[in-house]
Amino acid sequence: MAAKTLIIDGKAVSAEEGATVLQVARDNNVAIPTLCHLEGVYDVGACRLCLVEVAGSTKLQPACTTKISEGMNIQTDSDRLRKYRRLTLELLFAERNHVCAVCVSNGHCELQTLACSLGLDHVRYDYVFPKWKVDVTHRLFGMDHNRCILCTRCVRVCWHIEGAGTKNVAGRGATAKIISDLDQPWGDSESCTECGKCVMACPTGALFHKGATAGEMEHDRDKLEFIVNAREKQQWLP
Amino acid sequence: MKLRVATVWLGGCSGCHMSFLDMDEFFIELAGLIDLVYSPVIDVKEFPEAVDVCLIEGAVCNEDNLEILRKIRERTKVLVSFGDCAVTGNVPAMRNPFGPDNRENVLQRAYVENARHNPGVPKADGIVPQLLEQVVPVHEAVYVEYYLPGCPPPAARIKAVLVQIINGQAPLLTGPQLKFG
Repeated sequence: MAAKTLIIDGKAVSAEEGATVLQVARDNNVAIPTLCHLEGVYDVGACRLCLVEVAGSTKLQPACTTKISEGMNIQTDSDRLRKYRRLTLELLFAERNHVCAVCVSNGHCELQTLACSLGLDHVRYDYVFPKWKVDVTHRLFGMDHNRCILCTRCVRVCWHIEGAGTKNVAGRGATAKIISDLDQPWGDSESCTECGKCVMACPTGALFHKGATAGEMEHDRDKLEFIVNAREKQQWLP
Repeated sequence: MKLRVATVWLGGCSGCHMSFLDMDEFFIELAGLIDLVYSPVIDVKEFPEAVDVCLIEGAVCNEDNLEILRKIRERTKVLVSFGDCAVTGNVPAMRNPFGPDNRENVLQRAYVENARHNPGVPKADGIVPQLLEQVVPVHEAVYVEYYLPGCPPPAARIKAVLVQIINGQAPLLTGPQLKFG
């Protein structure tokens, strides 16, 4: 494939055609914050945290789904981007009921870590306090919709790594939610293989092992990486 | 002149104040720098006038919280939301998703359904304050200058903010010093 040259944060880099801005940035040690991106599954541009500035366009572009092109000039950090990233995080917090102090993922949560690293010390918008249910019908796992940011990582690993197709998205906008099969209790799902990849992939405390209490839930991302590595590179690294 | 500092305990568990007390020997130094003019840990009944800084623990849960908060805002230059309940609503706000009649429901659950002896919702006008329809973080009720999150914020974090304020700086928490939960 042809190589493309482009500029990221003032530095000239080259990469293969077809690569995304996020891939090229990471290959060149440029950190771009992400939430919905997960190595090994395709990107959907759901969370808008990875927005970058592309010279010549007034629109901000998600780095994870934007393919590189010849001569592209990309800015990954600016006052404008920081403003929008913070705003996006604040809206995520305001939209559902995130209570870090009593969350299973306290201390191991990508949403929490990212918010703090971007200097978010309070949410300027009124909290919505919606009423969401917790599905603990599954033998091994639980789903707390209060903590879900609709990144769809669970859906993508379920369909494209496990191939079970249990998880899906129902509804639209703020009332959209992750469902199992045809919006049935997770415990009644006939397609779920109980592999737990969705739990490994979840960036927050929305998906958890039953029995985990505050701060105990650590998502085992290494297992996913192992599977992806094995599949894509045929390397069965321990 | 010494900075006139107050701390107040609204709808919270007092954990932030316990953490405040964990500053231990720093209090000896602090005593030379500030006057603590109102706090749950000192015996002053009425919130004084002309306060420089007030740390506010807890969410705004009842009429009493709201009343004293408005008084504090009038009489204080700088308000600091102290701990997650003040900053986000945190655990006290977990009744909000139960809808417009959540206060009746939680009182019913706590004082009637789960009461082994003398079931009944406590009622005493002028003594037991009425719950607000929704629990809100402090900055949704009054203007707040600075935020000090954590559940509770560790003593070192409280100290960091106080020292910056005493030195006349706008407090800024960075790195591991900024964390919810």
